[in-house]
Amino acid sequence: MKITHAATALAVTTLVLAGCRSRAPEELPPTPVAPSQTTSPSTGTGGGAAQPGTQAHFEQSVNGQNIIYFDTDQYNIDATDQAALRTQAQYLQQYPNIRVTVEGHADERGTREYNLALGERRANAARNYLVSLGIPANRITTVSYGKERPVALGSNESAWAQNRRAVTVVVN
Amino acid sequence: MKLISRFTLFAGVALWCAVPAAAQDLGAPPPPDGNVTQVPVQGSNNQPADGLSFTVTDESEWQDMSIAIPAFATDRDQPTPANAQGTAALGRAVGDVIYNNLRNNGLFRPVGPDSLPQTGYAQVTAPTFTGWTQRGTEMLVQGFVRAGADNRLTIGCYLYDVSLRQEIARDGWVVEPSEWRRAAHKCADMVYSRLTGETPFFDSRIAYIAETGPKDRRVKRLAIMDSDGANHRFITNGQSTALTPRYSPDYSKLLYLSYVDGNPRIYVYDIGTGRQRLVAETAGATIAPRWSPDGRYILYSMALGGNTDIYRVPAAGGTPQRLTDTPGIDIGGSYSPDGRQIVFESDRSGTQQLYIMNADGSNQRRLSFFGGRAATPEWSPRGDQIAFTHITGNFRIATITPDGRNLRHLTNSWQDEAPTWAPNGRIIQFFRTERGSGRTGLWQVDLTGRNERRLPTPVDASDPAWGPILP
Repeated sequence: MKITHAATALAVTTLVLAGCRSRAPEELPPTPVAPSQTTSPSTGTGGGAAQPGTQAHFEQSVNGQNIIYFDTDQYNIDATDQAALRTQAQYLQQYPNIRVTVEGHADERGTREYNLALGERRANAARNYLVSLGIPANRITTVSYGKERPVALGSNESAWAQNRRAVTVVVN
Repeated sequence: MKLISRFTLFAGVALWCAVPAAAQDLGAPPPPDGNVTQVPVQGSNNQPADGLSFTVTDESEWQDMSIAIPAFATDRDQPTPANAQGTAALGRAVGDVIYNNLRNNGLFRPVGPDSLPQTGYAQVTAPTFTGWTQRGTEMLVQGFVRAGADNRLTIGCYLYDVSLRQEIARDGWVVEPSEWRRAAHKCADMVYSRLTGETPFFDSRIAYIAETGPKDRRVKRLAIMDSDGANHRFITNGQSTALTPRYSPDYSKLLYLSYVDGNPRIYVYDIGTGRQRLVAETAGATIAPRWSPDGRYILYSMALGGNTDIYRVPAAGGTPQRLTDTPGIDIGGSYSPDGRQIVFESDRSGTQQLYIMNADGSNQRRLSFFGGRAATPEWSPRGDQIAFTHITGNFRIATITPDGRNLRHLTNSWQDEAPTWAPNGRIIQFFRTERGSGRTGLWQVDLTGRNERRLPTPVDASDPAWGPILP
């Protein structure tokens, strides 16, 4: 069941990304809902019955749009990101007790310290947009991992595009 | 105001609460340093002439100099805690350390104990010059190892000019058995300094980040070692990511970044006690720690609301002072050796570039005006150069003079990053990342860019930070 579900999510992500502008990754991440270390384990009993308040439920509900991507050295929230963050905001409005952390990441083609600052800047841009949509600021924290936690392992443009990201993660 | 001060007080109290080392991801602290005491040693039959000044300034000449380093002799071969096989074997090990120091750094053409006859104890102060001349030796390094009744070792070091048949320099040190390598480094430093006219650098240490595991689950641990890779030691256990260490000028503390509480924050690790504290109680993440040359201040950058600025806080604790306030990322300050100026990195103009300011944050101005991006500036301990990462497609180690001129590239690889200076400002270490695999290693290059070599480390390595010369 889990595999079926991941496949569905992948298909959805493909559709979403297909509509993206040129900055979208050319290759898809290996898993559309790359698990973060702070991700809570799925408590789903199969068939998409993940419990509200879990990362799995959040990712299902936002159709994998818990990740937004950035251009090289950039941190602006473009139309695609806005749509993803609106979906996230709807979920957070529906579940007012859920708190999230936005994890900011950079690709490997930057110096280590600058990338830590850049990751924070990206996470903060996503957070600010969620706040502008009415989500209380005290429900959203940020953390930067710079270039320390890549999801795509290649050293090429498509891998770097997948790694320049802000990932919204449910905090328990 | 009251609320703030009460919060600060609370935070301060919380800071002093003892946290078990395990929760801080710390291993056992390194053993305390023993003293290395300089002692006069008996002169040779060929005393240095008064006013003799033997200084070779042209590198191409002194790099071709032939130096012989036979095993150090001993008056009485006996086992010591430093070497169970005895002081004769220890004397050979001392010669090996000196030989490897000079050879690995591409400084001279040394010949080591393995290729030379053993010299006797009496010959240390009375070399058989004729034999050395026949071997084509130009410079001769001899010495002795003596064990005292208290197990402490006396190590003497002599440098002779074979063609002049004259002693050029001598020195001696009394060390704890565990510190015998330091006396060997001091001897290599004496030889290097006397022959090149440069200040020493071998007797120093390096802090760095030891890396293991696959690219997406890399384990990064704080580690330290001697300048030649000996006495390697891990400081953190690897449960949480550690980055960007810096030795304090007196080697008593390490600044580094740790994710131990889930957020990137700078800690001050006390090497003597094995404990650590936050550099400052702050609302935001703290990154890019640096010491002032006198060790009295710490620079760090704090990311807050998407904006990153450089702050200065007294090393003993106190109120942080913000030094930069422009929108954008201001990060990674490095002091001039006199402590008056700070070179740092800022993207206030749109891309990462080098800027300079007075130590109080005044008079900020851009320093780098060439193509590409410029990052991670480090002011040479001599003051005459600033090393940095030049990003022009590839990441290269480069230097400029403090007026922003005389750009020179020292390396050309896919990703060379984060230069750190040898204590004498003649050699730069950095880390090199391999394209694809993401594997990292420590490298060093001299200021000519000609002598580049990889430093051996037990595992992959990044973020080297070279400390000053040991006392």
